[in-house]
Amino acid sequence: MYAIREAAAAFRRAPILTALSAGMVGLALYVVGLFSLATYNLRIALEAIEERVEIVVYIRDNTRQSEIDLFLTEIMDFQEVSNTKLISKMDALERAQRDLPEFGQLFLDSEVNPLPQSIEIALNPGNRTPETIAKVVKAAQSYTFVEDALYGEEWVDRLFALRKIGLATTTAAGAAFAMVAALIIGAALRIAVFARREEIYVMRLVGARNGFIRSPFLLEGALAGLTGGILASGLTYGSYRGVSTYMLDVAWIPFSWVGIGLTAGLLFGTISSAVAIHRHLKKV
Amino acid sequence: MRDVSLRVNKGEFAFLTGHSGSGKSTTMRLIHMSDRPSSGEINVDGYSSDHITQRDLWKVRRLVGMVFQDFRLLPGRTALENVAFALEVTGTPRKAIPARANLLLAQVGFAPKTDALVEQLSGGERQRVAIARALANEPDILLADEPTGNLDDQATSEILDLFWDINANGMAVLMATHDLELIGRHPNARVIELDQGRLVSDSNIMRSGTH
Repeated sequence: MYAIREAAAAFRRAPILTALSAGMVGLALYVVGLFSLATYNLRIALEAIEERVEIVVYIRDNTRQSEIDLFLTEIMDFQEVSNTKLISKMDALERAQRDLPEFGQLFLDSEVNPLPQSIEIALNPGNRTPETIAKVVKAAQSYTFVEDALYGEEWVDRLFALRKIGLATTTAAGAAFAMVAALIIGAALRIAVFARREEIYVMRLVGARNGFIRSPFLLEGALAGLTGGILASGLTYGSYRGVSTYMLDVAWIPFSWVGIGLTAGLLFGTISSAVAIHRHLKKV
Repeated sequence: MRDVSLRVNKGEFAFLTGHSGSGKSTTMRLIHMSDRPSSGEINVDGYSSDHITQRDLWKVRRLVGMVFQDFRLLPGRTALENVAFALEVTGTPRKAIPARANLLLAQVGFAPKTDALVEQLSGGERQRVAIARALANEPDILLADEPTGNLDDQATSEILDLFWDINANGMAVLMATHDLELIGRHPNARVIELDQGRLVSDSNIMRSGTH
């Protein structure tokens, strides 16, 4: 009860200082929020590209339907494979005529269809890695009636290299911004501790327990962190709305991320406060 | 401090004197355990500086009331709030605090201005509030570090009378002062003299002739 009263009293006595602390925490976490928004949208964009990753297996002419059916059954046994689609010679020609008008003109009167029938193999999300693709391709190529199996090797390798760089960058920069946020919260709370140094001195003078001295500061730190987290969420949402309305269509981060952000703000506030008051109590 | 062996008994009134830098304030801080000795031992009612943990220091500080020349009251708060603060942070039940704080202020002869901010009080009045705060935990000993240094003669005399009243109720008082004239006006008190961190005389030893 004392901790709650004192934390509230601290706000009443120095509302500007408390607002500044929460504001600094909010701005630091806002940067993390913007970063999360960018990371999340980058992830969505990469996943959208990854969805287009598929293996196309070209079947030799005169292959029996029973062999193709067996292939389709066996390839579906791979856990990584989500779906297969047989493209007949006619389907391939129709698609070519639709997508490439010049191609259509060339074979319009011809009775010979030069295109082979093929099977498009889609992979499950999370299994569209170069290693998995290579494994499925190798399995497909082991069938004698398979003329070739293609998947845009160079393109997939580049995509995954980009993904790895993106993951490493977001992890490192996210951790750096989180540390900056923690340092800013720590600095703000050291100011709060300094502003109440006389009270702390008197508390120690008359024999208040350390836990009793710490508790209002821990609560204040937690509240400043949580308030900053809420402020940062609001600012991030405002930025999201602004970007969505005036610049480009982006997705809002999952609410679990917002929850993690608020919890992180609360923890940063509490831990930074604990460190600040611990250091101060060691000195007086 | 070097080679100082000193015992203050329950209910005793003693002056601690010496020039500036003689070690009076250091002695006070050592007894309060705000400072720890680099060697040797401080013992307050069985709590030894050799064994007490940081976590348990509050137990010693509730046995030792302390007042200073510069009062060290919380600015922007009333006399009553300053005393109430000490009671609150040492665990007095909330409902009992106003009555107990008023009683403490009355005990030190400070009744009419309990709602005045400390900035509005005279030096003597501030020192009474500081003494009331120091008595909040009913300590066994009251340490006063040059408590009359900022006071005029009349206020000094009143504060000394107050210390004697407190002492008459069984509480030991150890008062640091460099004012020998003031000490001379209280011949019944024990006088301990320090010089450059050493104990140079103790009227108790001189009276009894033993260490």
